[in-house]
Amino acid sequence: MSDTADRVKKIVVENLGVEAEKVTEDASFIDDLGADSLDIVELVMAFEEEFGVEIPDDAAEKITTVKDAITYIDEHKD
Amino acid sequence: MRPHEQIERRKMFDLTGMTALVTGASGGIGSAIAQALAAQGARLAVSGSNAAKLDAFRAGLGGDHVALPCDLSDGAAVDALVPQAVEALGRLDILVNNAGVTRDNLAMRMKDEEWDQVIRVNLEAAFRLARAAARPMMKQRFGRIVSITSVVGATGNPGQANYAASKAGLVGMSKALAQELASRGITVNCVAPGFIRSAMTEVLPEAQKSALTARIPAGDLGSGEDIGAAVVYLASREAGYVTGQTLHVNGGMAML
Repeated sequence: MSDTADRVKKIVVENLGVEAEKVTEDASFIDDLGADSLDIVELVMAFEEEFGVEIPDDAAEKITTVKDAITYIDEHKD
Repeated sequence: MRPHEQIERRKMFDLTGMTALVTGASGGIGSAIAQALAAQGARLAVSGSNAAKLDAFRAGLGGDHVALPCDLSDGAAVDALVPQAVEALGRLDILVNNAGVTRDNLAMRMKDEEWDQVIRVNLEAAFRLARAAARPMMKQRFGRIVSITSVVGATGNPGQANYAASKAGLVGMSKALAQELASRGITVNCVAPGFIRSAMTEVLPEAQKSALTARIPAGDLGSGEDIGAAVVYLASREAGYVTGQTLHVNGGMAML
């Protein structure tokens, strides 16, 4: 598992208060992890801070699963 | 000695350790709000359009407060204000949207610029600041956003279609934000002053003043301190279960 994946999953566990086993790469934030739209905004803020990337609103809208987040961050971090 | 007498009751509405950004802070009501928050222990970033006047006011407050001049009709400058305040203060617990302008005219004579200017400063700037403040407040799981509206936002007033619309707009905006942010420990409320003693009311002719006060059951105009006290309450930890509300401070002239 990549370093990005580990860090993303840790942030998801902390922000959503879910068990680590539930945070699989295919897990949907809203459908599987019980996030609401405000949780997503917070998650994106946390990713931006952790990885020093900027995630614009149109990109953030497309991040619906754990894997989406990992992929976006891997493609955009320095 | 009974048990409850042994425990010193904590002073209510103590803002020690909290920080606040207050717009329009060198004006009549704004300066009273800033003084009230500072008196309860908050550390302030005071904002206003006149840098010299603002800095004189900040110096007069004493303590370790900062002045952040800002033209609220300039969107980019407004967007930069909250980050500047967070940078200067280290955190942001309280935002007071107090700044407001009037460009009174009968609706049929009201120019587009008069409408736009009032909406931009009174409503749009308040939204931009609240949007920016929500970020650090969400992370802190604590925040207080208080916007100063007006009795005329609820009752209307001839010659003030723009001003009344901007003030009613603040109320609706605050209710929407209150619902979005309540789960993160952020409350969003309004204070609606009635007629408040100011440089503007001081110069009114005696006949007009008595006509004004005749409509106020309390029999007198309000003071900036009356508004400051209301803001302190809504900004306090004790008001944590109060959100989406408008606190009318008007001597009873309109009971809403």
